[in-house]
Amino acid sequence: MTTIFGYPLVVWMGQLLLGLINGSFYAMLSLGLAVIFGLLRVINFAHGALYMLGAFVALLMATHLGINYWFALVLAPLVVAAGGAVVERTMLSRLYKLDPLYGLLFTFGLALLIEGTFRYFFGASGQPYAVPGALAGGMNLGFMFLPIYRGWVIVASLVVCLAVWLLIEKTKLGSYLRASTEDPVLVQSFGVNVPLLLTLTYALGAGLAGLAGVLAAPIYQVSPLMGTNIIIIVFAVVVVGGMGSILGAIVTGYLLGIAEGLTKVIYPEASNIVIFVIMAIVLILRPAGLFGKDA
Amino acid sequence: MTDATHTTSSTFTGARHLRTVMLIAILIFLIAAPFLFYPIFVMKILCFALFAAAFNLLLGYTGFLSFGHAAFFGGAAYFTAHAMKEWGTTPEVGILIGVAGAAALGLVIGLIAIRRQGIYFAMITLALSQMFFFYCVQSAWTHGEDGIQSVPRGHLFGLIDLNVTTNMYFFVLAVFLIGIGIIWRFVNSPFGMILKSIRENEQRTVSLGYAVDRYKLGAFVMSAALAGLAGGLKAIVFEFATLTDVAWQMSGEVILMTLLGGIGTMIGPVVGASLVVTLQNELATSDFPVTIVTGLVFMACVLLFRRGLVGEFYASRLGRRLGFRPEQ
Repeated sequence: MTTIFGYPLVVWMGQLLLGLINGSFYAMLSLGLAVIFGLLRVINFAHGALYMLGAFVALLMATHLGINYWFALVLAPLVVAAGGAVVERTMLSRLYKLDPLYGLLFTFGLALLIEGTFRYFFGASGQPYAVPGALAGGMNLGFMFLPIYRGWVIVASLVVCLAVWLLIEKTKLGSYLRASTEDPVLVQSFGVNVPLLLTLTYALGAGLAGLAGVLAAPIYQVSPLMGTNIIIIVFAVVVVGGMGSILGAIVTGYLLGIAEGLTKVIYPEASNIVIFVIMAIVLILRPAGLFGKDA
Repeated sequence: MTDATHTTSSTFTGARHLRTVMLIAILIFLIAAPFLFYPIFVMKILCFALFAAAFNLLLGYTGFLSFGHAAFFGGAAYFTAHAMKEWGTTPEVGILIGVAGAAALGLVIGLIAIRRQGIYFAMITLALSQMFFFYCVQSAWTHGEDGIQSVPRGHLFGLIDLNVTTNMYFFVLAVFLIGIGIIWRFVNSPFGMILKSIRENEQRTVSLGYAVDRYKLGAFVMSAALAGLAGGLKAIVFEFATLTDVAWQMSGEVILMTLLGGIGTMIGPVVGASLVVTLQNELATSDFPVTIVTGLVFMACVLLFRRGLVGEFYASRLGRRLGFRPEQ
């Protein structure tokens, strides 16, 4: 049997896969954070809660309305995005003129509210969400066994990340977004409805988080706590990547997911903290982050 | 003109008198409190009030929002509990060990975190304190999920038995007053003035020749050490140290206390801590989750009264007439 550093290849591949899966979620979530931050200058602490919300909406759609996975994959992110739009319009938009810290504190409160509410109604324990029939089972790749659903998550997240990147870099709407990031007042004077753009941006970020939640539902247990566990790691990802670039957020997400997976092989005790350690090292060597421009 | 100056100076001394009267009233209340309320409850408030005041030292006077103060509070609780239980130290030595440990932790985290500002600083402190949390989950000496249980309260200076509730209470009160005194002195020192000038205009402070990073780090370590003082004290009062004290929720709680009471005021954090601890106590008996209320209060504070209760009072018409200024 092939071994690398004394561990069998199968173990490496298994953890690499797990790392890629986690990395897919880190990438999608840090992408959403970066998009929101780019325009709104708000660090969305509620991002983890929105991710959890996406998973729960899909679960509730399945149990109460009989809506299957594929419809939920479209509907649940829309529900979360609509919720995000309402929050942005009614409350968050009042905070743009203030110190960005208030946006962080407000969304922190929002995250506590959402999580507390779900914990109150559904308890703290996780609930299973069935893998859709078409994606059940797995295939033998010769060197390892790949559950099809996991392969699907990796492909889907890559497609989503690429689509968002293209949307922002290559479309007219994206050019408005980028222009508003540079100078909102000027863009507004050209007749672009910037407040609407801000609402759409927050909704897009929220929808992405919701979509990640639906994708995560069949892999992890759907629980009110699933958001907080991931958001702190995603913050570290964002610090490592630097929030200046969309592509940077995506790449860093996958890389750190893989780094976490591979650490599980070599030194499992450190797998929880390896991302934070990398963050500390990056901060010491390159404070602006790997892809960041501002100091 | 003369008339105007005369009025302002007289209202200013009015505020000063009022403040003195208030301070004496609070002091009398605190001395009488253990005979009126459940002493452990009052001690809990005092510990958290000191914690919030230490946190506010950083946020209120340098403008740095730390989302990782639980590491210093909970870390010190572990250090103190370990020293007293395993090494059999007296309470004052145990607390000093806790403070020293928190300061050392503050130095390490501070050195990394002050490389970035604003929201990045908040995210970095959160991530680093989470790293410390995972360390506490896994290492042997913190006993994982169980925490360090049944820590002996011991004899203060080897003489005063802290198992007697009244003794314990007055020890906590003394430490609280010393801690608040240190913070007050620190904020009103030349060092504190430089911190405020960094908060207002960092570039200008640099151009005046101050090594800004050293002052920031100094403030961070000071705040961590004082948070540690509160944490060590809490470990002795409750006779245990657990993961709750190092979890990120604790960092959120101390932010809430400070925000609710009033960022950058001396008594704001104390007021905020009293309210939050009381609220938690009230809700502890019902099955309604505290986080919902906490989340709502957070959102309301940010949207409606960012100065906090004390800050808004200072800025109100009545507060101004009494001679308070909105800032500090």
